[in-house]
Amino acid sequence: MRYESPRNSRDAVALMASERGDAYLLAGGTDLLVRMRGEFIDPDLVVDIKRIPGIQDIRRMTSGFSIGAGASCAALGRNKALVRAWPGVVEAAQLIGSDQIQGRCTIAGNMCNASPAADSMPALIAARAKAVIVGSGGRRRIAVDKIVTGPGKTSLEKGDIVVEIVLPIPPPKSADAYQRFIPRSEMDIAVCSAGVSLTLGPRNVVKQARVVLGAVAPTAVLVPNAARAIVGTRLDEDAMMKLAAACEKACAPIDDKRGTVEFRTEVAGVLARRVAAIAYDRARRKR
Amino acid sequence: MKGIAVSTTVNGDAVDFVCEGRETLLDVLRNRLGLIGAKEGCGTGDCGACSVILDGELICSCLALGAEAEGREVETVEGMADGNKLHPLQKRFLEKAALQCGICTPGFLIAAKALLDSNENPNESEIRFALAGNLCRCTGYDKIVRAVSAAAGDLRRQKKARLKRRATK
Ligand SMILES: Cc1cc2nc3c(=O)[nH]c(=O)nc-3n(C[C@H](O)[C@H](O)[C@H](O)COP(=O)(O)OP(=O)(O)OC[C@H]3O[C@@H](n4cnc5c(N)ncnc54)[C@H](O)[C@@H]3O)c2cc1C
Ligand code: FES
Ligand code: FES
Repeated sequence: MRYESPRNSRDAVALMASERGDAYLLAGGTDLLVRMRGEFIDPDLVVDIKRIPGIQDIRRMTSGFSIGAGASCAALGRNKALVRAWPGVVEAAQLIGSDQIQGRCTIAGNMCNASPAADSMPALIAARAKAVIVGSGGRRRIAVDKIVTGPGKTSLEKGDIVVEIVLPIPPPKSADAYQRFIPRSEMDIAVCSAGVSLTLGPRNVVKQARVVLGAVAPTAVLVPNAARAIVGTRLDEDAMMKLAAACEKACAPIDDKRGTVEFRTEVAGVLARRVAAIAYDRARRKR
Repeated sequence: MKGIAVSTTVNGDAVDFVCEGRETLLDVLRNRLGLIGAKEGCGTGDCGACSVILDGELICSCLALGAEAEGREVETVEGMADGNKLHPLQKRFLEKAALQCGICTPGFLIAAKALLDSNENPNESEIRFALAGNLCRCTGYDKIVRAVSAAAGDLRRQKKARLKRRATK
């Protein structure tokens, strides 16, 4: 196996595109190395993106936050401006693994690994995150929900590299939140999860919302009907019940020893309610 | 197969080694550099026995490639003691019997050091969360948590004494 650590994204694309054998990008390696060591994959080439200048940076620009594809989730948690703007995205990223995993794992890697239970995805979709991709055809920007197409599958083509994840600057009175259900308090994969981002209008009435569920379908699912149930309300009990019902309806989970279909479906509604309440409370306290 | 020449720093010393592309940092430390403190418990990021600090960040060395260490700084359990003088964490682990078989201990020590490097006065819950990536089949964790808490106190007292000495100089 060849290991390369190119110094710019163009070289990385060229290396990936020209390899005849199996080529993989390496960000934090917390999925890739596990799969290599488990002999699920046997790469001929591994291209480490972390030496590309700036790829580990998190920058706040006037247009939004740019999170380099090599930035560790631990680094996300240390960025105060990002935590203030997108607390839900950061809390999702920080649920991934232990402190050891946090020191390496990235949200771009979490997305590209394409697990239905990837913790950062519901929060990223709720936040309208976009991925900046560099490939043989140049540079493009795609909404993150267009990237994962199924378990372990993405719409990325050979040679495509996600170089950054971009989050908008949230409008005033906006906040997000994310929670997952796992059978213990640390080190487990979501049985189901929910991410919500919302914006409040006059008198703290919800003006805009996005509700996304994780681990209840082949990919994270945006549930427009759940958002509709809470827009125009102050999350009264009636709105919350409709929110939960819409979420339950959107579930198409698998049945396994970690959670039955019934369980995942019911808990998705419960989590969506809790997460909406947290996001609402955070938004209310914002300017 | 052609090896990859890597120049890095381990516990403050410049180190050069040659490794293969797929060799993990853990295998390099143990098999090429003779640093057998870090252990392989699982090889999949679940047990933390292989914990090291890479450029200030706590990681599982079983999930990093040796080649990635080029130009970076690696801290392992071997670098914790100052000659024969044990680090307060090591002292407290011994004193509080925070180990039995000892397989998990280097990983716990490094993870605890990473915690205390960024939080000098962690409460019990913070200690337990920070050590959630380290598994121990022997101790039941309680003694480990107490040892870390006591060592944090030692380090705070040492720091205070140091500041006082500097102020009176
Ligand atoms: C002990 C342990 C616990 C874990 N717990 C969780 C958890 O709680 N929740 C969770 O969601 N996940 C968890 N994971 C899985 C994993 O840590 C995450 O998915 C992580 O975010 C992956 O990021 P990475 O940077 O390490 O990815 P890598 O392993 O570097 O890459 C993952 C995949 O994406 C590709 N890729 C990486 N970067 C790019 C890029 N920039 N452009 C295109 N493709 C790219 C790689 O080729 C690879 O196929 C856990 C893993 C371990 C070992
Ligand atoms: S050996 Fe690395 S985490 Fe277990
Ligand atoms: S002391 Fe034996 S595993 Fe921890």
